Amino acid sequence: MCGIAGIIYRDGGGERQVGRDMTAMLQAMKHRGPDSTGYALYRPAGDGYVMHVKLAESNGHHDFDLAEKLRRQRTDVEGRMRSLGADIADIQGPSDHAMTVTFGYDGDLKQLADYVEDVRGTEVLSLGKTLEIVKDLGDAKTVAEDYGLDKFIGTHAIGHARMATESDVDIANAHPYWAYPFPDVAVVHNGQLTNYHQWKRRLERAGHRFQSECDSEIIAVYLAERMAQGDSLEESMQRSLDELDGVFTYICVTEDALGVAKDELGAKPLVLYESDDIVALASEEIAIRKVVDREIETYDPYEGAVMVWTR
Amino acid sequence: MDAVEAEVLFDARGLVELDDSVPNVAEIDGESAQFDAKDLTTRKINAELRRLVYEEGVKDVTILNPSARHSLGVGILQRCRITFEGSLGYFGVGLIDGPEVQINGRVGWSVAENMMSGVVVIESNAGSLAGAALRGGDLVVKGQVGARTGIDQKGGTILVMGDAGSMTGFMMQRGRQIICGDVGPGLGDSMYDGTLYVAGKVKALGIDCVEGEWTDADTELIQRKFRIYGLGDPPQFHKFVCGKKLYNYDSLEPSERKLVL
Repeated sequence: MCGIAGIIYRDGGGERQVGRDMTAMLQAMKHRGPDSTGYALYRPAGDGYVMHVKLAESNGHHDFDLAEKLRRQRTDVEGRMRSLGADIADIQGPSDHAMTVTFGYDGDLKQLADYVEDVRGTEVLSLGKTLEIVKDLGDAKTVAEDYGLDKFIGTHAIGHARMATESDVDIANAHPYWAYPFPDVAVVHNGQLTNYHQWKRRLERAGHRFQSECDSEIIAVYLAERMAQGDSLEESMQRSLDELDGVFTYICVTEDALGVAKDELGAKPLVLYESDDIVALASEEIAIRKVVDREIETYDPYEGAVMVWTR
Repeated sequence: MDAVEAEVLFDARGLVELDDSVPNVAEIDGESAQFDAKDLTTRKINAELRRLVYEEGVKDVTILNPSARHSLGVGILQRCRITFEGSLGYFGVGLIDGPEVQINGRVGWSVAENMMSGVVVIESNAGSLAGAALRGGDLVVKGQVGARTGIDQKGGTILVMGDAGSMTGFMMQRGRQIICGDVGPGLGDSMYDGTLYVAGKVKALGIDCVEGEWTDADTELIQRKFRIYGLGDPPQFHKFVCGKKLYNYDSLEPSERKLVL
């Protein structure tokens, strides 16, 4: 089932409490998926990069020396980043199994992400100048509290409340997906892809690596690869309707745009609200009403719809 | 009261409503009543509505601030008038038999699902599956509808002033749909019977859906429905019916065959 949501402010780079708004939207759709909650949030562009790293599964096998292991992993990640020439400005640990690194870097991002991921048990959740992906088990309120998202100021965001159907309940299989290793691209998806294995093999042959067993990760990497080859976000999404099989509604975000696509059967829900200063979309109107608290004109985009908004 | 209204801290499925007492908040004025749903849970709104209709003998209920919540006004089996001042979420006024419902807003998926009789008028748009498995009554949507409108429809009339999405009238078995705008691909796919009227463009007909012959009865029906709901002059429609080629209508069920042979 799953609930997806997206929000983009259009009043000229206005920075809002996007973390708080997205939490309210996802919490309203908790009944669509209480297993895990994820956010892809965009902050105003700073000088350096921000990397979110998962060190261990929060519901994984916790033995007595877990704390020591996590400490070693942190040191290892930090050491590897410095050895590749990253200029680390700040390291935060929102929870004991996650770390957020702010750093300056001018080398190859894929090389850096690969090297960090080679530390046993770690996974790079996101890496970008403006993108931050936060995902963990539990509902939106729990995750937002753990990671202090109510204070997140930004320009646009997407979110996902997951009901696990095709793969495990853990952080690796939670949405949103970062388009590894393309910076600042993320996707949330509600649906199932039926040609997942074909695309996974094709993209793996092209040199991409996947962090999960989840079909939705394909969409993120697929779109980012099309864009890297010169297509616009809209062209890439349009093409995905022909090349990806299954039922889906997905939202893709980049540094300055937010796009949504629906499969040709229109099998998965999406409600859209557009006004001069905000575009909000979600699986259910009740989520949109949490950020626009009045009677509003909304509609369901039709099958095969591809729509893109820029901030 | 404090104890039951305390916040539920853990609720993995998001469904817990610990108290289902009737809130008794409506202002009743003779045969009509009104209440504000803003601070009520879904279950309390429905409990209050049922109290008014079944116990207080109220004939005309107005509900303010439904705030796009799901499953409101479901299963009312009595003639009455219900007005929602705002939008509903999914499964609005499903399984009803008798009420005249006016929704001054939008509805989500599966509005008036399995309605037996009554009238539902929606001033704005509707999501997918509007009038799914409709058995009787009229469903009028003044805006656009999503995909699979009237899927498995078994009776009644669906009237849409705007456009409709893909697979409109999918597997319908009886009843009528009058769509004033354009429709998406797969119109009337796998329909058994019933009639679809479309005024706008049809993107593609579904399997075994063919254009039907227009009769005076069709003109009379459309003019009557437009007159009842005050929708002005009807546009020019095309009629689509089942081609009766997909299913074998001549073959007998195994039980029937036994009787004949």
